[in-house]
Amino acid sequence: MIPAPFSYRRAASVDEALAVLTEHGDDAKLLAGGHSLLPLMKLRLAAPELLVDISPIDELRYVRTDGDDVVIGAMSRYHDLQGDSVLREHAPLLAHVSGVVGDQQVRHRGTIGGSIAHADAAADLPAAVLACDGVLVARGPKGERRIPAAEFFVGPFTTSLEPDELLTEIRVRKQDGTGWGFEKFTRRAIDWAIVGVAVAGGSVALINMAGTPIRATATEEALAGGASNAEAARLAAEGTNPPDEAHASSRYRQHLAKVLAERALVQAATRG
Amino acid sequence: MRVTIEINGRTVTDEVEDRTLLVHFVRENAGLTATNIGCDTTSCGACTVLLDGESVKSCTVLAAQADGHKVTTLEGLSGPDGEQHPLQRSFREQHGLQCGFCTPGMIMASASLLAHNPKPTRDEVREGLEGNLCRCTGYHNIVSAVIEASGQEVDR
Ligand SMILES: Cc1cc2nc3c(=O)[nH]c(=O)nc-3n(C[C@H](O)[C@H](O)[C@H](O)COP(=O)(O)OP(=O)(O)OC[C@H]3O[C@@H](n4cnc5c(N)ncnc54)[C@H](O)[C@@H]3O)c2cc1C
Ligand code: FES
Ligand code: FES
Repeated sequence: MIPAPFSYRRAASVDEALAVLTEHGDDAKLLAGGHSLLPLMKLRLAAPELLVDISPIDELRYVRTDGDDVVIGAMSRYHDLQGDSVLREHAPLLAHVSGVVGDQQVRHRGTIGGSIAHADAAADLPAAVLACDGVLVARGPKGERRIPAAEFFVGPFTTSLEPDELLTEIRVRKQDGTGWGFEKFTRRAIDWAIVGVAVAGGSVALINMAGTPIRATATEEALAGGASNAEAARLAAEGTNPPDEAHASSRYRQHLAKVLAERALVQAATRG
Repeated sequence: MRVTIEINGRTVTDEVEDRTLLVHFVRENAGLTATNIGCDTTSCGACTVLLDGESVKSCTVLAAQADGHKVTTLEGLSGPDGEQHPLQRSFREQHGLQCGFCTPGMIMASASLLAHNPKPTRDEVREGLEGNLCRCTGYHNIVSAVIEASGQEVDR
């Protein structure tokens, strides 16, 4: 399978990528790790006329601390992140989740920015960043803006990024001492989650329970009110209505959300 | 576009369509056919090569993305006089293949795994190779082969 014809351009800097996006509008698409976009193009589910390869932009490959925040450059690859000592110290949930995306080869190419911008409700890092109350930093022709994760994911594969904007970094509060947990249920080793749960302190985010990653607010409120992990986890599917899918019915997914939430909360009680 | 890739130490330059996949460049432009195409959907790992030393599925990388970079395929693992790489030897010794279709990808993924984790446990080998499917062996002997290549005692 070969994608439909397109033109390929390389951008060596954020400014160069933005200039190409401004010039070509909707015809152009950014290419980061390519591990969501290229499979879609091979299946002809996407057919951009121009690919702008941003993988040479090394200025967006970093993890550093900035005051109370940990800041991750959008072009950082999962493989960089899973072993990164700064991330492991200050946002261990994100380091752990980076290590369970796909397989070794996928983690050598895929980027955190690509995963967030792609906004697949079944993806791991969007939910993990949501659980950490992360902030997404975008740059466009009008300058830079910061978007809270809760406002960033607006629908399936849809974010509040403008077509001429580039996601440059992901910011989360330092999670030092915050308990964390992560569970995902898959059919086979490298599959996406049927359902997953990310816990950071009292925040609980669900993978693949709606068109976007969502917070399990009933569980969070119960925890804040002093409920036990088991009691709070029983509310994890409250208000959700995931569609039936080939691999799992709606009711089964709701059941999974509760079971996985309890496991992730129990993990969080012992980690941090 | 004009693509130049150093494959197994040899510089290969060719004019290709922008949409050319790395696996096709390796097989058709460089004429190196050890790298197989299995699923073509990033699932099976048969097409695994090293790009700047890291394992990647070459059916999901554009040749253009590898322009100016270094690629190693199975052909590049053996020594200059054809001497087998420890992984090639151990896959043979441990009977880590049957039909052999998955083997080039398995060996390249194993090379990358060992580069990061020189003494893996059997479980770590299984996790490291989760992106590679084998329809024949049941994986047990593949795991043994990687353990042997890492210089550890094969404990069945
Ligand atoms: C076999 C396989 C298994 C996988 N398993 C999992 C899994 O278990 N869990 C999981 O979460 N994911 C999984 N993935 C998806 C993988 O994580 C992708 O790498 C990720 O979704 C996209 O990141 P990328 O860098 O490859 O982005 P690309 O594919 O390059 O881009 C994806 C989209 O985001 C846009 N984009 C990329 N970067 C930016 C940016 N900086 N600013 C604005 N827009 C941008 C692109 O234009 C494109 O529309 C899997 C993929 C494969 C092939
Ligand atoms: S052919 Fe590339 S992963 Fe199967
Ligand atoms: S040996 Fe036949 S697919 Fe692995």
